[in-house]
Amino acid sequence: MKRSTRLLVGLMVVAACGTGGGSPTTVTEDPAATTTRAPSTTAVGETFPVTVEGDNGPVTIEAMPEAIVSLSSTATEMLFAIGAGPQVVAVDDQSNHPEQAPVTDLSGFTPNVEAILSYEPDLVVVGFEPGGFVEALAAADIPVIFYDAATALDDTYDQIEGLGVATGHLEEAIAVNETVQSGIEAAVADAPDIPEGTDYYHEVDNTYFTATSTTFIGQIYSMFGLENIADPADEDGSSSGYPQLSSEYIVAADPDLIFLANSFYGESPETVAQRPGWDVLTAVREGNVVGLNSDIVSRWGPRVVEFAESISDALASHVSQS
Amino acid sequence: MTEGSTRTEARTTRLGWAAFAAGIVSVVVAAAVGATVGAAGLDVSGVARAMVDALPGVTLDAGLSEVETSILFEIRLPRVVLGAMVGAVLAVAGASYQGVFRNALADPYLLGVAAGAGLGATIALAVAESPALLAPFAFVGGMAAVGITYALGRSVGGRSATSLILAGVAVAAFATAIQAYLLQRESDTLREVYVWILGRLVTAGWREVWQLLPYALIATAVMFGSRRLLDVLSIGDDEAGALGVDVGRVRAVVVIAATLATAAAVSVSGLIGFVGIIVPHTVRLLFGWSYRSIVPLSMLFGAAFLMMADVAARTLVSPAELPIGVVTAFFGAPFFLLVLRTMRGPT
Repeated sequence: MKRSTRLLVGLMVVAACGTGGGSPTTVTEDPAATTTRAPSTTAVGETFPVTVEGDNGPVTIEAMPEAIVSLSSTATEMLFAIGAGPQVVAVDDQSNHPEQAPVTDLSGFTPNVEAILSYEPDLVVVGFEPGGFVEALAAADIPVIFYDAATALDDTYDQIEGLGVATGHLEEAIAVNETVQSGIEAAVADAPDIPEGTDYYHEVDNTYFTATSTTFIGQIYSMFGLENIADPADEDGSSSGYPQLSSEYIVAADPDLIFLANSFYGESPETVAQRPGWDVLTAVREGNVVGLNSDIVSRWGPRVVEFAESISDALASHVSQS
Repeated sequence: MTEGSTRTEARTTRLGWAAFAAGIVSVVVAAAVGATVGAAGLDVSGVARAMVDALPGVTLDAGLSEVETSILFEIRLPRVVLGAMVGAVLAVAGASYQGVFRNALADPYLLGVAAGAGLGATIALAVAESPALLAPFAFVGGMAAVGITYALGRSVGGRSATSLILAGVAVAAFATAIQAYLLQRESDTLREVYVWILGRLVTAGWREVWQLLPYALIATAVMFGSRRLLDVLSIGDDEAGALGVDVGRVRAVVVIAATLATAAAVSVSGLIGFVGIIVPHTVRLLFGWSYRSIVPLSMLFGAAFLMMADVAARTLVSPAELPIGVVTAFFGAPFFLLVLRTMRGPT
C-alpha cells in the first residue's frame, strides 16, 4: 500500500518547519463565480488563459491542460473527483485512489524532473517542494501548481476550486465542494449528542505523534464538539500542530475515544490494549479504540467526508454503550 | 615495589572509592528523579509510598488511583530502568571499544552496529511494515554488520585494528546507502525510522527491559572481566603480545561482547548517540586512566546520565516529548567541553 500524504505531515513534524504560506485563493476572470458558487455559464475552454494562486505564487495556464501529471495523492483524488481524470496522464507512486488513476513510479517525494518531462505534461500538480524543484519545472516552461498540506478545511475547498479553474472544471469543482460541505454537515448532524468534555486522542504513529485541534484533522473532530487531549502539548505551535506525547500523559488524560490513523501500519485496538499501562484506559475497556482508514485521514481531498462519517459512527457506538 | 608507588596506589584506591560512591549516589538520585517527575504529574509522596508498598512484605496505602498506579509501574518505572540499562551498556561498550582500539574517538557504533541496526529497523518498518519486527530486525542487522566488518577486516589486514576500523567504515556506508534507498522508496515510514534514529524510550515497557537484560548482563560481565587486559593493550599490540597477551583474541572477545550489548540496546531504544563516547571520556578525565576503574565507573555514570537525559526529554516540553538523542548531545557536549577545559586548563 502506498500512502504519501502522511509523509508530508511526517516531514513537517520531522523538520519542525511551518506549514507553508497563506491559504491559496483562486483568481478567475469572473470572481463572482467563486464567491456565490453559482454554476458558470461560460463554456469550458473559453475561459483560458487562467491564473491560479498556488502555494508557489500565481500560476498562469495558457490553454486547457490535456496532459496533467499529479505528484500528490490528495491532488489526484481532487482531479478525478472534479472530472479532470481523463486529462491526467500520470500520477505518482503514492496515488492509490481512485482505481483508474494512471499510477507510475514517479515520486512526489524525490521528484525527478526528467522523468516527469518524459510524460510531456502541460500541467504538473505537486504536494511537496523539496527545494528548487518547482523552479526546475518552471524553467522548462511547464506550469506547476504547488498545494501544501491543508492547515484548515478551507484549504481543501480552495485547492479543489483552484484545480477546477486550472483544468477547466470549475463547475464540477464547485459542485464537489458543495457535496463535501453538505456531507460533513450531515455527518455532524447525524452524530449523537455527546456529553460536554468528551475527549479523544488521534494517533498518527505508534511513537505517540498526534495532531492538535489547530490542524486540519483536529478541526474536523472539533466540529463534533470533541476535545483534543493533545492541545496542551503544542500551545505555542512550535510542533506545527503535530507534537509527540508522553505515554504517561495519554494514560493520565484517559481519553474517551482513541482514533488510530496508523491502522494500515500494524496498529489496532488489540495492539493498543497490549501497550504497557494502556489496559486501564476507559477507551480500551469500553471498546472505543477506532481504526481509521490511514489513506483517507492523511489526505485533505474530497474523501474527507468519509473521515467525518467514521467519527460520526464512532460517536454513535460510543454513546449507545453508555 | 618502592614506598612511593605504594603511597600512590593507596591514594588511587581512596580516589577510586570516592568515585564509586559518587557514581552510586548519582544513579540513585537520577532514578529517584526519574520516578517522581513526568507528564502525568503524579503526587510525589504517593509515588514514594507506592514504591515502598511494592516492596515484598510491606503493605501501605499509597493513595494512587488505578490509572496512576498503572502509569507509575507500567510506563514510568520501566522507562527509568531501561534508560539506566541502555546508558550503562552504551557507556561500558564505548569504554571497551576505546580500550581495545586505543582510539579516543571510538564509540560503540564504530564497527557498523548502528548502521546495520538502522538498516534492520528500516526493513522492519518500511518493507515489512511491522512495528513488532523492529527490535529483532535491528538486533540482527547490528550483529550482521559487525560480523561482516570482522570478516572483511581479517581478510584484508589480518589482526590489525586499522583494517578493522576501515572495514567498519565501508560496511556502515554500505548499510546506510541501502537504508537511504529503502526510505526513499517507502517514504511514508520516514518519520518512524527517523524517530528511531534519534533514540526512543517513549514506548519503553518491561518487555524491552527483559529483552535487554540477558545481553546486558553477559556482555557487561565479559567487559568487566577484560578490563585489566584493556590496560595491557594500552601499551600497544606488539608490546602486549610480548607480555603474552593474545591481542587478536582479546579484541575479538571484547568486540563481540560490546557489540552484543550495543545491538541489544539499540534494538529497544534506537540510536542514542554520544553516551558511549562522552561518559567514558569524562570518567577518564575525572578519575584516571586505568580501565579497571573506567569500565565500572562508565557503567554507573552512563546509567545516571541517560536517566537524567530522559527526564529532560520528557519534561522540558511536557506533555510533548523531545528526542532523547537530541538531549544527550545538547547537554552532553557542553558539559564534556567544560570537563575537558577544567581538567586540561591550567597545567
